[in-house]
Amino acid sequence: MSESALPLPSPAKPRLNPAWAILAVAVCLVLARPILPDALMRPAEILILPLADWINAFFTWLRDDLGLIHVTRAFADGIEWLLDVTANILYGKNRWPRLGPLPWSVVALTAACLGYWLGGRRLALLAGGTFVWIALMGQWTWAMETLSVIVVAAPFSVLMGLLMGIAAWRWHRVEAVMNPILNIAQSLPHFAYMIPVVVFIGVGPKAGAIVTIIFSVPPMIRMTLLGLRKVPPEVIESGKMCGSTGWQLMTRVRIPTARTEILVGVNQVIMQCLAMVVLASFIGMPGLGQKLLQLLQALKIGRSIEIGITIVLLAVTLDRCSKAWAERQPTHHEPGIGWGTRHRVLTTWAGLMVAGFALSALVPFFAEVGRGQSLSVADPLDAMMTWVIVTVDPVTQWLRWFLITWVLIPVRDALLWLPYTAVLALLAAAGFAVGGWRSALICLGFFGYIALTGWWDRAMITVYTVLVAVAVATSFGFPLGIWAARYETRAKRVLLLCDSLQTFPSFIYLIPVIMLFGVNDVAVVGAVVLFAAVPLIRYTIEGLRGVPEAMIEAADMSGATRAQCLRHVRLPLAFPTIMVGVNQSLMFSLFMVIIAAFIGTQDLGQEMQRALSSTDVGKGLVLGFAVAFIGLMADHLLNRMADSRRRALGL
Amino acid sequence: MPVSEPVISCRNVWKLFGPSPESYLKGLRTDPGFDAIRQAGYISAVRDVSLDIARGEMLVIMGLSGSGKSTLVRCLSRLIEITGGTVSVEGQDIGALSEKQLIDLRRNKMGMVFQSFGLLPHRTVLENVAFPLEMRGQDRATRRKRALEVIELVGLGGREDYFPRELSGGQQQRVGIARSLAIEPDIWFLDEPFSALDPLIRREMQDEFLRLQELLGKTIVFITHDFDEALRLADRIAIMKDGAVEQCDTPDQIVLNPATDYVRKFTEEIEKARVVHASGLARPINGTRPEGLPVAGKSTIRALARLLINDPREILPVADDTGRITGTLNRQEALDILLGGHT
Repeated sequence: MSESALPLPSPAKPRLNPAWAILAVAVCLVLARPILPDALMRPAEILILPLADWINAFFTWLRDDLGLIHVTRAFADGIEWLLDVTANILYGKNRWPRLGPLPWSVVALTAACLGYWLGGRRLALLAGGTFVWIALMGQWTWAMETLSVIVVAAPFSVLMGLLMGIAAWRWHRVEAVMNPILNIAQSLPHFAYMIPVVVFIGVGPKAGAIVTIIFSVPPMIRMTLLGLRKVPPEVIESGKMCGSTGWQLMTRVRIPTARTEILVGVNQVIMQCLAMVVLASFIGMPGLGQKLLQLLQALKIGRSIEIGITIVLLAVTLDRCSKAWAERQPTHHEPGIGWGTRHRVLTTWAGLMVAGFALSALVPFFAEVGRGQSLSVADPLDAMMTWVIVTVDPVTQWLRWFLITWVLIPVRDALLWLPYTAVLALLAAAGFAVGGWRSALICLGFFGYIALTGWWDRAMITVYTVLVAVAVATSFGFPLGIWAARYETRAKRVLLLCDSLQTFPSFIYLIPVIMLFGVNDVAVVGAVVLFAAVPLIRYTIEGLRGVPEAMIEAADMSGATRAQCLRHVRLPLAFPTIMVGVNQSLMFSLFMVIIAAFIGTQDLGQEMQRALSSTDVGKGLVLGFAVAFIGLMADHLLNRMADSRRRALGL
Repeated sequence: MPVSEPVISCRNVWKLFGPSPESYLKGLRTDPGFDAIRQAGYISAVRDVSLDIARGEMLVIMGLSGSGKSTLVRCLSRLIEITGGTVSVEGQDIGALSEKQLIDLRRNKMGMVFQSFGLLPHRTVLENVAFPLEMRGQDRATRRKRALEVIELVGLGGREDYFPRELSGGQQQRVGIARSLAIEPDIWFLDEPFSALDPLIRREMQDEFLRLQELLGKTIVFITHDFDEALRLADRIAIMKDGAVEQCDTPDQIVLNPATDYVRKFTEEIEKARVVHASGLARPINGTRPEGLPVAGKSTIRALARLLINDPREILPVADDTGRITGTLNRQEALDILLGGHT
């Protein structure tokens, strides 16, 4: 063993671990609660900083004194012009170039050809089928409203992300500044982005497009940076030895070699765009999201399921197609074959276009599905759902009663009962145990901020919802993951399912729970549980399947039973990966809790909705940061834990 | 070998990695050695190396991993900046070149082959080979014509539309070689070109490489960690350890007279008769008049085995390629090498 081996425990008398000391303080604070002065129970009035006012003042200065509003308005006008063009082409909005709308059959055929070119017959069927479904269900205009925004927003995000990623790669100082901003940006809830946009731009499609662009840029920056870093040094050296200038090296060597990562970034941008566009209905963005929001609020389950299916199909199509693009590898053609054979898909597409336009000119049905012609199955669906709901009603009734009385209310009351000083001490102790003084201070800093904003009780309600949801998700997700990881084929199937579930915009998860539980706390927790269970299952499977074969064989040859092997070999080795899953699960829950605000909660999300409707930027951002900091603290603790385990295991 | 006008000449080249290598190097009077430098917090990848490479010569730099050989070749091509000393190419200090001059030098004079090929995955064989020509701004038709020529030269004709991913390792390295030759460089750097290939392919590629060199006669710096490969290919070998050159000499001299214990460790296992040439063992004529048929200077002792055992003469004349007698071979000495006798 070299000097890097673990030091032997020193024979000196053991010192008291500060983590225990801080924990003791926390326990004392809890025990002494009845006699605790008010100032230790909740932050005193004088401590609470008027952060919202400061931010508002700053934004007013930015907007009016600095004249930023003219810049944003000009940018928004540019975006609006582009939106009008796509809107005209896709659903015939009466704007320049006044060519549209494209017949639905033409769009569907184009999608099918694109799918075929990217991923063969199955993808062609998926892509084409999605658009046929949309048309036949009579949702064409809404879907095109949604798509017209994505078509504008995604390229903008990709371009901006690419440029910023290159800047971060090129200058270390840019990266050092950008990294913490990206961390916060990726844990800010969706609504936090909307409020400033409403202040600067207003509501409607262009605001929706701009908030979508801002929201979807961070992953592109990350992937660009990653891709540029991963270019093998020898490829760059060979480029240099070929006499490339700096510009040639970037455009012809680095970026093309980083193609796969950059395209994965494009995939993430598209998925983020879809998620945001659906949610942007809260700031007056028309389309599928708005329709779904209205239908859910009116409890029209059948119609909302139809829209839900459309959104899911769109999500899966966009995801699969962009992933196929990222994975696509170039292949050579045999020499001597003609242009037509080389570009078979292109020529077929051109032929189909002619046929499609001709057909829709002759038969109007193929241009536009009229009001009476759509095949909505909402009524039978409604009937079926009513039957299902009535049948399972005793179960859901009982579940609702049990959860509210025995789980939700007790946990919530307990969290609200705790003095804030005790919570802070507890978190500091946890931080210290995981990562020493630095982590203790980080935890203290994140939650100290929440105390100083004056939104402590609201934040505790958010924390309680997330905690309960993740606990429930773990209770079934973890065993499910272990079960699925047992066989290779089963694991693959479940992973594919998880993959697809993760592409769904968060909004979708609200449909089934509202259907079953109505509009209340249980529905919120239910939606969060569903959303949070997916990453948990996924990483449990990946962790368990990732254990090296040799170790399992060694355990088998040592005579371990299946349970022993799981307990002593596979789970300990999979632990760091599972922690990543728990981490993601917490993040997803936080996002979902905030989104679920519109079905009635009392937490930070509810306040954010209010800030949104009164366009109070200061309040919105203060709350947004509070949510982000809860997430970042959990992220920090879990990451440190996983890291130290990983180091201990030598992975 | 008299070095008339070296193509590449490096004088006291240093490459140190660490917090502030330049000022640390200035403080050094003599080379304190690898370990002492490491104690001071620096890694000496290249340590006080002076080498001259003559026109048309093949210098093989041999060393184990971490010996600094790859760093040295990157110093010669200025892929990395050196900490101290000078590197001159055709009399010009390349450290003093501007960015533009350096690019010009690479576009016209240098070619390099890499261990893991360094091909661009999104370009076809043809586009990869034409890449340096494209950088020079040549038009498409000229590029294509020249690229096809080199592709033919390395034996990949008919595969110009393939992508690197679709080729085997050996074929990929042929693309790398073709690319490095596309601009007709005077100086050819090869950084462990065959190390990533399996042994049979490696042998084949070495033969191919010797054939190309016969054809083209470039000035070559060849890096390898394989001593057999070095012996097979080199005009001269420079053996490196911990960033410094332990010995730089012809294969014959390295095998016959290893300068240090470290070099001796490599030569011990080598069958010397396969390496040493008659010319390497020959002594100056010094007025003696050896008689009879001369032996060819470029044949190995192993190849002369039968003759050496049967010939009654004690002293044999050695002739060069033109048939001129250049020296004398002591039969007993040759037999000692052949039979592994006392040295």
